[in-house]
Amino acid sequence: MLDLLQNPEIQRLLLLTEDGLLFAIWETIYVTVLSTFFSYLIGLPLGVLVVVGEPGGVLPLPKPLMSVLNVVINLLRSVPFLILMVLVIPLSRLILGTSIGTVATIIPLIVAAFPFVARLVEASLREIDSGVVEAAQAMGCSPFQIIRKVMIPESLPSLITGFTTAFITILSYGAMAGAIGGGGLGAMALNLGYQRRMILILWVAVIVLVILVQIFQTIGTHLSISLDRRLTATKKKGKKRSSDR
Amino acid sequence: MVELKHISKTFQTNNGELQALKDVNLKIPDGEIYGIIGMSGAGKSTLVRCINMLEKPTEGEVLINGRNLCTMSEKELRQQRRDITMIFQQFNLLMQRSCLKNVCFPMEISGVSKTTAAKRAQELLELVGLPDKADAYPAQLSGGQKQRVAIARALATNPKVLLCDEATSALDPNTTHAILQLISDINKRLGITAIIITHQMSVIEEICSHVAILDAGRVVEEGSVKEIFANPQTDAAKRLVFPNSATYAEHLKTNRVIRVVFNGGTSYEPLIASLAIDCGIKANILGAETKNVNGQAFGYMLLGLPESETEANKALAYIRSRDGVSAEEVPDYHA
Repeated sequence: MLDLLQNPEIQRLLLLTEDGLLFAIWETIYVTVLSTFFSYLIGLPLGVLVVVGEPGGVLPLPKPLMSVLNVVINLLRSVPFLILMVLVIPLSRLILGTSIGTVATIIPLIVAAFPFVARLVEASLREIDSGVVEAAQAMGCSPFQIIRKVMIPESLPSLITGFTTAFITILSYGAMAGAIGGGGLGAMALNLGYQRRMILILWVAVIVLVILVQIFQTIGTHLSISLDRRLTATKKKGKKRSSDR
Repeated sequence: MVELKHISKTFQTNNGELQALKDVNLKIPDGEIYGIIGMSGAGKSTLVRCINMLEKPTEGEVLINGRNLCTMSEKELRQQRRDITMIFQQFNLLMQRSCLKNVCFPMEISGVSKTTAAKRAQELLELVGLPDKADAYPAQLSGGQKQRVAIARALATNPKVLLCDEATSALDPNTTHAILQLISDINKRLGITAIIITHQMSVIEEICSHVAILDAGRVVEEGSVKEIFANPQTDAAKRLVFPNSATYAEHLKTNRVIRVVFNGGTSYEPLIASLAIDCGIKANILGAETKNVNGQAFGYMLLGLPESETEANKALAYIRSRDGVSAEEVPDYHA
């Protein structure tokens, strides 16, 4: 192992990696954050619409519109990401003027992730007790008030769990960006590690990805639990009680 | 005044049409505690949801102080709903908000400033007996406490009508009693009309002045609680007032059975003892139940009369001659 590290070739690569690694991590996070942001910008309202717009919902929408929404979401979700990346090249050109490079990977990531986000949001909102929504209606809430003040705040812990899942999924999808000339940890592992046979770099990139996922998952889970008043409130109560005695 | 005129509601289901309400007519005067009772599936919940238009009646009119809710726009209706608030069996509090914020919620919706809302919410929590729970979350409360918060929330917009949809059905008897007392107290102090939906006769007995009996989507009987208790006319009413009389009758071996009903007042007089002493007739008590309705005693007794025709008739005449007591024969007691 020591021999290996003293090998000048390997040392040169590691140096390159040190420089390149930090930049790759930055690129990965930057692409993931931007893609997640835009995916939620589209996916969150869409997920809300799917729930409130159904018959008997808070804001029933015409049935044909609901069918179109559902078909579009399902359609986009069924195309494999690698193929989707190629399919949206014209769209990337239209929006960004280019279809290659790190920024260009954001477009296919958004297109792939927003339907997924919509379904995650839908699942979270469906967890809300319909009685609570009914109570809000009985109090004279408008549909928009119900969405903003009841549905979203009440399902916040679940929405955060979903957000974590979406973020990590986008992070791992982003690793395929190397295929269309993007950067980041995935591209590093593919281009340097796999294609140029620098196994060490392959491993380093993968390990860093694993660590990143661990960190984000831990933060997400912690946030979701600590913000859930159904859980934290009762825990605090337990503590108080025992200290009272 | 809450007025329901010819309310019908039909649901379209996969198995065809389901008529939940059939031509329901009710008049509920202001300041009343009005009970609507029925077995499961009688249409109680649908009826109460028609009063605040959570369910739109298929036919008929809902008039609140003369204004027809059925013809209102969504916006007008939302405004109107601040006057007709509702509490539920499952409380339906916002689990991610503290109790104070839950009570603030309807005021937030109607645009009351935050400080004013918080002040009033604190007062309301005091009114319902939970002054120290402002910062607690619903998950920390017992069922009774949750319902108290829900009542405080329902009072936040100064409503004229409080709809209680099985509000005590998830609570134990002691808590039920406490919540009913609170509703009764609020009715007296604030003059709010309370409409109580329940399947429990005990709830009606305890606080209602008038009652409507709902059976298979129709109001089969309606009137003061005293009248209906004393003299239920329909089978549905009898089932609710004398829930166990059918089972008593099955065990009988006597020839003639009568149901003696106490209509308040004289029910404390020892009727059976008098019967024995005055007429020398030994009647057999087969079943009995007495209830206290608004301070007066009501109840019924199933008596097995002697086999001799003359003695039985004598006993019947004697009982019928007493004040505040009526008697009728139970014809089909032979099980």
